[in-house]
Amino acid sequence: MKPLVSVTHLTRIFDVSKPWLNRVIERLPKSLLTAVSDVSFDIPQNSVYALVGESGSGKSTIGKMVVGLLPPTEGSVTIEGVDLAREQDPEKIEKVRSDIQMIFQDPYASLNPRWRVKDIIEEPAVAQGKKPEALAERLLEQVGLAAEDAGKFPHEFSGGQRQRICIARALASEPRLIVCDEPTSALDVSVQAQVLNLMSDLREDLGLTYLFITHDLTVVQHMADTVGVLYLGRLVEEAPREALFADPKHPYTRMLFDAAPKMDGFGREIEPPEGEIPDPINPPPGCAFHPRCPLATDLCKRERPEPRLVGASKVACHHAE
Amino acid sequence: MTDPVLSVRNLTVEIPTRRGVLRPVDGVSYDIAAGEILGVVGESGAGKSMTGNAVIGLLDPPARITGGEIHLLGERIDQLKGEALRKIRGKKIGMIFQDPLTSLNPLLKVGEQLTETILAHLPVSQSDAEARALAALEEVGIPAATQRLNSYPHEFSGGMRQRVVIALALCAEPSLVIADEPTTALDVSVQAQIIALLKRLCRERGTAVMLVTHDMGVIAEAADRVAVMYAGRLAELAPVQQVVQAPQHPYTDGLMGSTPLASLGQKRLRQIPGSMPRLTALPDGCAFHPRCQRATDRCRSNPGPTLAACNGRAACWHPLTDEDRAAREATA
Ligand SMILES: Nc1ncnc2c1ncn2[C@@H]1O[C@H](COP(=O)(O)OP(=O)(O)OP(=O)(O)O)[C@@H](O)[C@H]1O
Ligand SMILES: Nc1ncnc2c1ncn2[C@@H]1O[C@H](COP(=O)(O)OP(=O)(O)OP(=O)(O)O)[C@@H](O)[C@H]1O
Ligand code: SF4
Ligand SMILES: [Mg+2]
Ligand SMILES: [Mg+2]
Repeated sequence: MKPLVSVTHLTRIFDVSKPWLNRVIERLPKSLLTAVSDVSFDIPQNSVYALVGESGSGKSTIGKMVVGLLPPTEGSVTIEGVDLAREQDPEKIEKVRSDIQMIFQDPYASLNPRWRVKDIIEEPAVAQGKKPEALAERLLEQVGLAAEDAGKFPHEFSGGQRQRICIARALASEPRLIVCDEPTSALDVSVQAQVLNLMSDLREDLGLTYLFITHDLTVVQHMADTVGVLYLGRLVEEAPREALFADPKHPYTRMLFDAAPKMDGFGREIEPPEGEIPDPINPPPGCAFHPRCPLATDLCKRERPEPRLVGASKVACHHAE
Repeated sequence: MTDPVLSVRNLTVEIPTRRGVLRPVDGVSYDIAAGEILGVVGESGAGKSMTGNAVIGLLDPPARITGGEIHLLGERIDQLKGEALRKIRGKKIGMIFQDPLTSLNPLLKVGEQLTETILAHLPVSQSDAEARALAALEEVGIPAATQRLNSYPHEFSGGMRQRVVIALALCAEPSLVIADEPTTALDVSVQAQIIALLKRLCRERGTAVMLVTHDMGVIAEAADRVAVMYAGRLAELAPVQQVVQAPQHPYTDGLMGSTPLASLGQKRLRQIPGSMPRLTALPDGCAFHPRCQRATDRCRSNPGPTLAACNGRAACWHPLTDEDRAAREATA
């Protein structure tokens, strides 16, 4: 079966130079930041693909390129066979656009405080000129709120309820793909459980596909079918969930797993990982992880490892086995 | 047994509003011993920060302490004001907040801030203070500390900045450190570094630490005992392993059960229905009763359960037993 989403050699470079005049006066070179570099993955229909990685690894940038909020510098995103950045046929673009929705981290910032919940939820459908009767009321009930809530304003809801409203709005245009950027990071664990359960239910009931962006490995372990691990804009490991958690191959994935706090880790004394993510404007040569890697050799400093299959994982590491 | 470093008794904080008096902290009592880390958990709005701020004397008016006592090293501190309070803060109590930038002066070099703080609280000479500032930075693991003394806060990464804040909180050798979500904004690898650092300093110096966080994993790994707060009150107070693995209060049980790790391999996470009540609409009796499956008429009527009125560990009329938990595991 063809995947719903196909990301190939996706790259995004940001120009982070100082303004032109400063550059001339201070004789500074142009400075470019490669936020996403040569990333490829597929998302099959009705599955959950999780992107994990620490701050600045490029997760959100990939998410924005997938929904078409940001054009790729190189490479492409194909959804239902259509490349949004290159497709000429406006009808096809319109069709694909209505199949994608995005949910953001902050349920406070992403709801217009002056709009009633009904108008917030129905907006995407109205924008497409197809608003069925009592749409908001039906969606509110679908996400576990009450039809009466349609007349209220966002401030009358708790954080978890607001995230439900965001999900209801995302569902209004009957999407097939939802890109969620840290959808529960701002929520309490108790509320997170409610939202994650809702997302699992909707996946089953509506056949939704998710690109799930998060830095929380426990959430990934619960939600994902396939996991991609990002480091400095590159996919360093990709594997089915069970394989990844049972036997992580890349030294960075292992470091992440070791560092993550465990519920049964009472008084656990761990050697915390050394160092921090390097400056993305001047990433280390070779494998970008080599300054922090326990397996690193001269080869790692010189040559960038190409992704290869090790067991069930696709790993970009010279020494993973 | 030696006296605790911090002793909080029946602490109550109130906020007068147009809709009546709100009580974000209601009759909270706990101790922290030297070298002990007390974890404080609970949903957003439970009163965790408010409790910490009351101890440091940093409540934003109109919130104020209206009942109870706070003793630090045997000395009563909840009625201190102005200069006396400022002296204690920084000298005897160190503070670490979620956003390192709130604790750092952006216009001062890191070395100057450390030296100033040390001089303000310890009877040492300028050169001694400078030497201590350098040692403090080295102790929290800042590489090339000598050069970094001359850097401004914005020149550090988020994780390094939080290390500087820890150095600043500890440089006057306080007996108590209040850390309010110190790693929430940080990546897991940096979080692991900061938590390991806090644990080491606490152990080596015998500092008492109040660690506020909503990350159950961090609590499990770092805390010796855990205080669980709900709607301004203590729901449960017990050693960490008991709270995490054998919770007695149904709220604690729900909180632990809703973490993804607790439901590994299950399709759905265990969830607590509903949400925490607002302070303006607290239910009678046990504030948790509308969300609790074990609630009875007794739970719905006043007076509500408190630690003291119950078994001293969980403020609940019907605490979970080992059999209850085993039965639930069996049906799951
Ligand atoms: N518009 C922009 N201009 C310049 N640089 C940018 C821009 N957007 C992102 N970046 C940079 O690109 C890199 C990747 O950023 P991105 O937001 O995708 O990371 P992330 O993995 O989502 O991180 P986080 O977990 O903090 O959300 C970072 O170094 C970031 O500073
Ligand atoms: N000025 C105020 N007026 C009314 N209520 C207030 C005021 N300041 C705080 N509160 C309330 O006091 C309660 C306790 O807040 P506190 O900041 O201690 O919660 P917390 O447990 O630290 O939550 P979080 O996890 O979100 O930091 C909250 O319900 C909050 O809404
Ligand atoms: S390629 Fe080398 S440096 Fe990179 S992760 Fe593998 S072993 Fe470490
Ligand atoms: Mg992001
Ligand atoms: Mg707080």
